[in-house]
Amino acid sequence: MPPSSSTTTAEPMIVFDGVVKQFGDNVVLSELDFTVAPGEHVTLIGPSGSGKTTILRLLMTLEKVNRGTIHVGGKCLSHMDKGGKRVPADDKYCREVRKRIGMVFQQFNLFPNMTVRGNLIEAPCRVLGLSKEEANARAEELLELVGLSGKIDEHPTRLSGGQQQRVAIARALAMRPDVLLLDEVTSALDPELVAGVLALLRDIGETTDITILCVTHEMGFARDFSHRVMMFDRGKVVEDAPPSELFTQPREQRTRDFLRAVLDRH
Amino acid sequence: MFDNLPRIVSVLLEGLPETVIATVGGIALTIALSFGGGLALLSGTRAVRLLARVYVEAFRGTSEVVQLFWIYFVLPVLIGFQLVPLWAGVLVLGLNHGAYGAEIVRGAVQSVPKAQYEGAIALSLSPAQRMRRVILPQAVVEMLPPFNNLFIQLLKSTAILSFITVPEVTRQGVQVLVPNFGSDIVLIFVVMLLIYLVLAVLITAVMRLLERLAATKVGRRPSSVARERVDDLGGVAAGGGGAS
Repeated sequence: MPPSSSTTTAEPMIVFDGVVKQFGDNVVLSELDFTVAPGEHVTLIGPSGSGKTTILRLLMTLEKVNRGTIHVGGKCLSHMDKGGKRVPADDKYCREVRKRIGMVFQQFNLFPNMTVRGNLIEAPCRVLGLSKEEANARAEELLELVGLSGKIDEHPTRLSGGQQQRVAIARALAMRPDVLLLDEVTSALDPELVAGVLALLRDIGETTDITILCVTHEMGFARDFSHRVMMFDRGKVVEDAPPSELFTQPREQRTRDFLRAVLDRH
Repeated sequence: MFDNLPRIVSVLLEGLPETVIATVGGIALTIALSFGGGLALLSGTRAVRLLARVYVEAFRGTSEVVQLFWIYFVLPVLIGFQLVPLWAGVLVLGLNHGAYGAEIVRGAVQSVPKAQYEGAIALSLSPAQRMRRVILPQAVVEMLPPFNNLFIQLLKSTAILSFITVPEVTRQGVQVLVPNFGSDIVLIFVVMLLIYLVLAVLITAVMRLLERLAATKVGRRPSSVARERVDDLGGVAAGGGGAS
């Protein structure tokens, strides 16, 4: 069990305030409010279609909110200040805010036109302005962390799914983000590769102070990785509690039903 | 029957430089207009998209020969400036095939999975960096086979330059050989076809090589059939699909 982070003193890293997101008539998130403290690990669980992944995509600015605001590190994702006025965020502002946020995708989303090295140094060089040497040093260090030192000049397409996902994790970390979003990162992997990737994430969780938001169906991982677990259903938070409480004595019937269904499957 | 063959071949080959220059120049202009037009068709700005759409429809939807006459005969009347015939030809070939190429580029860019854009956004790459570093290199792989078709069509279209007095292969045959060696008309036109065929095969060889390089670059091994064919055409070192 990780030590619970202090939520009282620091400014929250992530603030959702009255967030509404709908696709057409389908309301995915309705009036969502929550905060995440710096360094906190929060896992989002719930049935598919409950809006978990949408929350991560909103944070990565891959989607736009219909109503409400999201702040990351004190900065609003959808609007910016221009001459004292609140105007919709332009692309440059978005990129500036995004630099603090990293995301790992279910399908890895590595760039097949680059080697592993290219994937790892592209953004540090072009976005953060690191020199080739600095970016390479950082890439080598991260590949060692994810256990793929020998693969730096491989094409990502020649790696196994588990290896590709490790590279994707290293790529996100190469930007030194304050916030890391993990979107069902083991769902596309062969069962025998899942444990290794989860062990890596536990290691990263223990050795860094990155704020991590995680969508997963791995309840064992959610239990020992998270400081807090949020149960979602139909775009609302049903229950929000430390894993020790939520997994052993869930307060809500909906949570009990969901956990029974998920745990039965295993 | 073959007595005049050497004369026929040599007269036709006198037109080869013009045909090759028109083809290479036309291809260069086609590539530039294809990428410019194709990316403009995908622009976020409506006016840019509209402009590109007008260009594509205008040049794709009208006769290439009429376009050639416009640039060579009508434009001088309007602006009082006469282009050198060969360059007028290159201009029309490029403008016309660039309109088709723009659609090839647009389609190929759109075929790159959305996940690649999202991966690039998550790394804070700018829109230009996303396109140049991530999307286009992957799209190029998809563009090469249709561009091969397009370039061969362009090569064959160079024959219309004979209408505006460019002494290329077709004009050499029709204007120089037919009046003088009329009895060898079959031979003249067989040799003429063979010259275009050889040039077309050369274009295909180059494009296959590029296809293979591009497939290796994105970590896709070309199929064994494609590999054999490239090796048959010679000149390709056995790279083993670029396993590095």
